[in-house]
Amino acid sequence: MVVPIAYYLVLSAILFSIGVGAFLIKRNIITVFMSIELMLNAVNLSFVAFAYQWHRVQGQIFVFFVMVVAAAEAAVGLAIIIAIFRARSTLNVDQVNLMKL
Amino acid sequence: MNGHSPLHLWLIPVLPFLGFLLNGLFGRRLPKALVSAIALLFTAVPLAMVLNIALHFSSLTLPHIEWFTTPWIATATFRADFDFLLDPLSLVMLLIVTGVGFVIHIYSVGYMAHEEGYWRYFAYLNLFMFFMLTLVLAENFLLMFVGWEGVGLASYLLIGFYFQRESAVEAGKKAFILNRVGDFGFLLAMFLMIAHFGSLSYARVFGAIADHPQMQGGILTAIALLLLLGATGKSAQIPLYVWLPDAMEGPTPVSALIHAATMVTAGVYMVVRSHVLFDRSPFALGVVAIIGAATALFAATVGMVQTDIKRVLAYSTISQLGYMFLACGAAAYSAAIFHLVTHAFFKGLLFLAAGSVIHALGGQQDMRAMGGLRKAIPITFWTMSAGVFAIAGLPPFSGFFSKDAILYQAFLSPTAGPILWFVGLVTALLTAFYMFRLWYLTFFGESRSQDVHPHESPWWMLAPLVILAVLAVAGGWIGIPKALGGGDQFAKFLEPVVKDSALVSPEGSLNQERLFSLLSIVMALTGWFVADLLYRRKPGMADRMVERFSGLYGLVVNKYWIDQVYNAVIVAPLLFASRYLLWGAFDRGLVDGGGSMAAGSVRGLGALVQRVQSGNIRSYAGWLAAGAAALLLITYFGFSMHL
Repeated sequence: MVVPIAYYLVLSAILFSIGVGAFLIKRNIITVFMSIELMLNAVNLSFVAFAYQWHRVQGQIFVFFVMVVAAAEAAVGLAIIIAIFRARSTLNVDQVNLMKL
Repeated sequence: MNGHSPLHLWLIPVLPFLGFLLNGLFGRRLPKALVSAIALLFTAVPLAMVLNIALHFSSLTLPHIEWFTTPWIATATFRADFDFLLDPLSLVMLLIVTGVGFVIHIYSVGYMAHEEGYWRYFAYLNLFMFFMLTLVLAENFLLMFVGWEGVGLASYLLIGFYFQRESAVEAGKKAFILNRVGDFGFLLAMFLMIAHFGSLSYARVFGAIADHPQMQGGILTAIALLLLLGATGKSAQIPLYVWLPDAMEGPTPVSALIHAATMVTAGVYMVVRSHVLFDRSPFALGVVAIIGAATALFAATVGMVQTDIKRVLAYSTISQLGYMFLACGAAAYSAAIFHLVTHAFFKGLLFLAAGSVIHALGGQQDMRAMGGLRKAIPITFWTMSAGVFAIAGLPPFSGFFSKDAILYQAFLSPTAGPILWFVGLVTALLTAFYMFRLWYLTFFGESRSQDVHPHESPWWMLAPLVILAVLAVAGGWIGIPKALGGGDQFAKFLEPVVKDSALVSPEGSLNQERLFSLLSIVMALTGWFVADLLYRRKPGMADRMVERFSGLYGLVVNKYWIDQVYNAVIVAPLLFASRYLLWGAFDRGLVDGGGSMAAGSVRGLGALVQRVQSGNIRSYAGWLAAGAAALLLITYFGFSMHL
């Protein structure tokens, strides 16, 4: 049985929406960061689904790119989070509203 | 250059300007002796040059015009140059300005010795000389206008010399503003000349008029009347005379130089210089004559009741300038210039002597506090007496000949006539009265103030008095008419300039002229007699007369309320319009309001947009998400609707 592509896309959309919603609602920087990962993976899912559907390898390759970027982003992002925590003693994004520390 | 030997006329005005620059820029740090040396040197050299020119004058080809090779203003249709003109008229003016000017510079060294701002005073005085000499030497109306404006500036600066005194500052502003009204007329006249003759050069404008004998009245009347407006401002004639009495706030030598001898006669000079225009317009000449006669009589009546010694002389100056305008109006231009010359001598002398009296009394200007000064300051007394006799018109003093020439020619002239002659004659009586009144109040009787110790002035001040006294006595002998055994040399000397006045040279018999002279002598003696009666022999009588004619006296002593009328009719509405209309509505409302409105709207928009940039990361993310969603919706529905 072949699962229709629409299922993947709907799942991807749901995951993406959860990511967006969490990004908007949550105040903790770590959680916000995780919701970004969720959105990236939702996109990855749709890439893979389309690649399978059209039998093209580009989609799969793109997923690797996204994962590399996500890994790099995680490294830099976590470093920034630690720096902010040291400076502000808080992880609440609402309190980080200035460009300077 | 014209002729073989350039006279370097440009040096005559430029040298005092150098003096102005030196004293004005460095005078503050220089010792007083050096400041006066600079000021005297840079007026003495022009005087020497002018005297040298006068000595060789007969060998020159006239008119002698010198110009620079580079034009001043050159456009396709109009051109003006730095041209200097030397003819008998400008030579006479040059002699007066440099001669009397130099003498008054000497006097100032003594008079201003203890004043603050000594260097500033001499810098301004030299600046005045520069502009006045430019005015009389100019060969076109535009250059004359530069001098005309410049002497107004120097006059303003010197009237307001004691700038700590509110009244002096006010007087300076009054003089400047009233002169601006006159200058407006002068400017319009120049515009008309450019429009109709395409030039402002004397030679071209007057030449164009001479080439068209049929030109009468019309545009020439308009130009002449506008020029007259300018002249009434500078020469303190009705209706713009009110600044001159207030100008007495300046130092006394300034009153003598600027507000008696030279600057205020610039209007007369200008009318005589442009006599070609006036000759073609009998109407304008009539207006000149009427203004002159009215001013002469009017100012003389006010002068009769003034108590400030300088204000008596100020009104007397206005009155004498009125005589000069009467002469111009009668087309007796040489008589006008003749009176200008003698007036420069005797009025300069009177002012300087008055300054010496004030100096002797330590600053007292009120004649009611003077009296009995004859013995205390004899040299001042004798020199001032010469001036008083000269202005009163007693022979053989200088004023007699010039005033007589004016009155006689006014009587015969078709544009002035017997009525104005009679006004002039009455004015002569009043003149004699108020001058002898001043004489008696100042020098005769008992001293009317305690603990004053009058002292004679230093020689720096007395020497100029003596020089001017000699000129005030003998200055008139250059123009003794034929009827009195002279040769009328002055009029002959000026003939190259004012020969073509068709209205001049009225024919009258010599006996008739002698009768007129006799009549004016009688008038002068009557004035003297009345003054003698009121102020020497029966001292109480003047007060009784004041009581009897209190209404008339009140009118005259308040100068006919002219200042108040001007204030109510012109100044107050102007101030009102300026404050509420121009400043309040236009400047504050429209100009400032427009600016504020532009700034306010930008600020409001900014405040609105500023809210978006809150610094809150989640709100940015929200905008981002909303934007993405909007894009998605637009693409989806947009495509679905149109495709």
